[in-house]
Formats: sequence, structure tokens, C-alpha cells
Amino acid sequence: MPRLRELTVSYGEKRVLDRFSLDLPEEGVTALSGPSGCGKTTLLRVLAGLERPSSGVVEGLAAERAVLLFQENRLFPWRTAAQHITDVLPRPDPAAAERWLAAAGLEGEGGSYPAALSGGMARRLSLVRALALAEVRRGWLLLDEPFAGVDPARAESLMGAVRALGLPVLLCAHERHTVSLADRRVDLDGPPLRVTGGLRA
Amino acid sequence: MSRRPAAAPAAGWRGRLLPLLFWLLVWECAALCAAHRTLLPAWALWRETGDPSELLACLWAGQTFILPAPPRVAEEFFALAGTGEFWRTAAVSLGRVFAGTAAGVGLGTALAALTAAFRWARLLLAPAVKVVRATPVASFIILVLLWADRDWVPVIISALMVLPVVWGNVVQGVDSADAGLLELSRAYGLSSWRRLRLVYVPSVLPYFAAACRTSLGLAWKAGVAAEVLCLPRLAIGTQVSNAKIYLETPALFAWTLTVLLLSFLLEGVLGRLLGRLERRKGGTDHAAAA
Repeated sequence: MPRLRELTVSYGEKRVLDRFSLDLPEEGVTALSGPSGCGKTTLLRVLAGLERPSSGVVEGLAAERAVLLFQENRLFPWRTAAQHITDVLPRPDPAAAERWLAAAGLEGEGGSYPAALSGGMARRLSLVRALALAEVRRGWLLLDEPFAGVDPARAESLMGAVRALGLPVLLCAHERHTVSLADRRVDLDGPPLRVTGGLRA
Repeated sequence: MSRRPAAAPAAGWRGRLLPLLFWLLVWECAALCAAHRTLLPAWALWRETGDPSELLACLWAGQTFILPAPPRVAEEFFALAGTGEFWRTAAVSLGRVFAGTAAGVGLGTALAALTAAFRWARLLLAPAVKVVRATPVASFIILVLLWADRDWVPVIISALMVLPVVWGNVVQGVDSADAGLLELSRAYGLSSWRRLRLVYVPSVLPYFAAACRTSLGLAWKAGVAAEVLCLPRLAIGTQVSNAKIYLETPALFAWTLTVLLLSFLLEGVLGRLLGRLERRKGGTDHAAAA
């Protein structure tokens, strides 16, 4: 069981995590729910190994195998939708690109550049890029606001694709619909980040 | 499509030709004025001595020494263009400037890559480049003339002028690479080769292209200045220097015209090449949408 022990992260004077501890379930989809700016993003970045806590440890969660979907889309303006998928794969695999684009409802957009995609489409592309990589890495999937700007019906079908991978998932959200798609939730508040409600089904 | 940028005027053949004609006319008028300035004392001399030959000579001299009129320069230019020596001279100077630019661009880019990769390289190179950028060209020319063969000095000087511009721009391009994309590339395990190709090259390309365009003009100016001071056997600058010594102002103009034409030619070729590179690397849709 992954354990976060006494994690502390500060940005200058501001303490975002202050000896934050949490036990995570080993499988299924866990939602971290809380207001924006409470420190959820920082927590995910620590788990992905992008932020080094000044103290504390993470046990049972390999950062190098985890995949983080960033809060921002971070698409390459000069790469097509299909290239976004193949670029993150260790071996070129056009079939995988096609499959993931279809999962995102982006069939026929394989040759489009990000500037030609709507906000929701860009978010979906960003999400399936992370999923394509997670399929190879087989580690934790860390999703930061995965369905921002995505309509509820599409969010539900994409959640199906996430679950089909069979990987443990930790997702951050502040809207109720996304939280309701998870198996269980942890209510958070902050900063500094603190748990206001434990694991609930 | 009402997205026509206001800054770029429609340059049809009329838009190109009429300004050219206007400036030729200004030139012609200025040449006439120059002739008149020498005409007045010559006229006074004629009144005194009664010898009209002086007057005619002065009229000719004013048109020739001070500011030759366009037809006189054209005549000189075509007379030069009829000789094989002219073409050899132009070709050698063109080759020097081209070699200097290429060397400067290559070296500048390589040093910029080093600068981007290592912090110490930036600390080491930044002041050196600043000094090179601020040093007068003439000092460099004379110094390099002490070290190198006179035929190579213009090449080295051109390269030296181009290098800081390319270095500065490429470093700026690297610095402008999106931090979010770089973090993602590392987090998603993209190889350093892919990181270079997908993040750095597209970010640097516009800066690199701008540096190349600026460099060419600089290389010509510095290269010809070096030739004037070093006097290689075959060189436009040597001819310019001769024109100075023998007061052959039309020749000075004709050789300058040659430099301009060659510069435009090289600029056109380079512009086409860079445009193709930008379209290929940048993605056409992206470029159109930006």
C-alpha cells in the first residue's frame, strides 16, 4: 500500500505541504477533491518525482513508472495530434496512435495541429497521450484535472478507457461530476494541504 | 479573408519600380547640383581669363568627382561588367563573404549549443562576445592582418562580425524554449535527441533565421571594409580603394552597386532556403494559425 509520510514542500515562504501524510489504496480510482490552490497539484508533482519534498518520504509508489497528466495541456504547436501519441512511445506505433485518438473521440483529427483543436479536444488529446504512455509504463496514473473543459458524456467514456488500463489512478478534481466518476474520494483543504474527509466509497 | 496585415504594403511591379525611379531622380538632381557648385567658380574664371576650356573641364569634373549622375555610373558599371577581371573579382569577394558568413553561423551556433548545455560556458562566453560585438571593425581588421594572409582577413572579419549575432540569437531562442514542454519531455521520458528535435529546434528556428538574415548584410559591410584595408589582389574592396586613390568616383559607385546586387542575390537565395526550412520544421498549419 502506497504511503505518503510527513511530506513538506514550500515555495519560498509559503508552505504548500506541511508534514502531509496519507495512505493510498493499491488499486482503483481515487479522487482527491478540494478547492483550487489547496495544494493538490503540488502533491501530484511530488508523486511524479517532479518536486522534491524538503522532508518526508513516499513509500510504495515508483515515481519513474508513474505518468502525470499535467494541469496544462502542454501540446507541441508544431506536432500533429497523431505525432503527439507516437512521440511519447518508445517505439513508433501508428496503430496505437489511431486507437488512442479514437478513444478520445478525435478520429480524423490525426493530422491536425493543436491550434486547430478546440479547448476540449486539446484536453482530450493531452489525456490520451498520458494514457498511451501509462499503457507502456504500467505504473500509477496521476491525473491533474483530467476533464477540464470536457463535457460530462465524453468524460464518462474517457473514464472507461482509463479503467480499461487496469492501473491504479489518482485524480485531482474540484468539480463534483469528475469526483463522482471515481471509486472513492479524499476531501482536502489548504494550503497547507490537509485531509478533511477520509477515504470514502 | 480580411486578415491583411496593415504593415506590409502590396508590392506589385509598380510598387517596386516607382520608388526606385523616384530615388534615381533625386540622385540625378543631386548630381546636377554638385556640378553647379563647381560651375560657379569656373564661370568666374572664364570671365577673368576668357578661356572656356576650364569651364567645360569643371563641368565634367563636378559630374565625375563629387557625385556622378546615374547614367555615368551605369556606363562605368557596364564597361566593368564587360571585362573578365570584373567577374573574377566579384566571384572571389562573394566567395569570401559567403565563407565568412557560413563559418560565423556554424561557429556561433556551435558555441550557442555549448552555452545552452553548460552554465560555465555561458559565464565564460558572454563577456567575450560582448567585447567582440563592441570592438570597432577597423581594430579587428588591422589586428587580423598581422596574423593572417591578406586574402583570408576579410573571411575572418566577416565570420567575426556574424558570430556574436548568431550566438546571441540562438542562445535567446534556446532560453525561449517552453519550460512546460521541457518538463513534460523529461517526465515522459523523451530521449535527448527527441527533446532537441521537438522542443529546442522549433523554438530556436525563428531566432536563427532572423540572425542569418541580419548577418549577411553585416558580413558584406565588414568583408568589403577589410578588403579596402588589406588590399588582396582580387577583391571588390581593393577596387574601391583604387577608386579612392585615383579619384574615380564613378568606379566607386559601380563597385558599390556590384556589392549591393550581390548582397541582394545572396539574401534572396538565403531567404528562400530559410523560408523552406521554417515551413518544413514549423508545420504549415501552425504557422498559418499563429
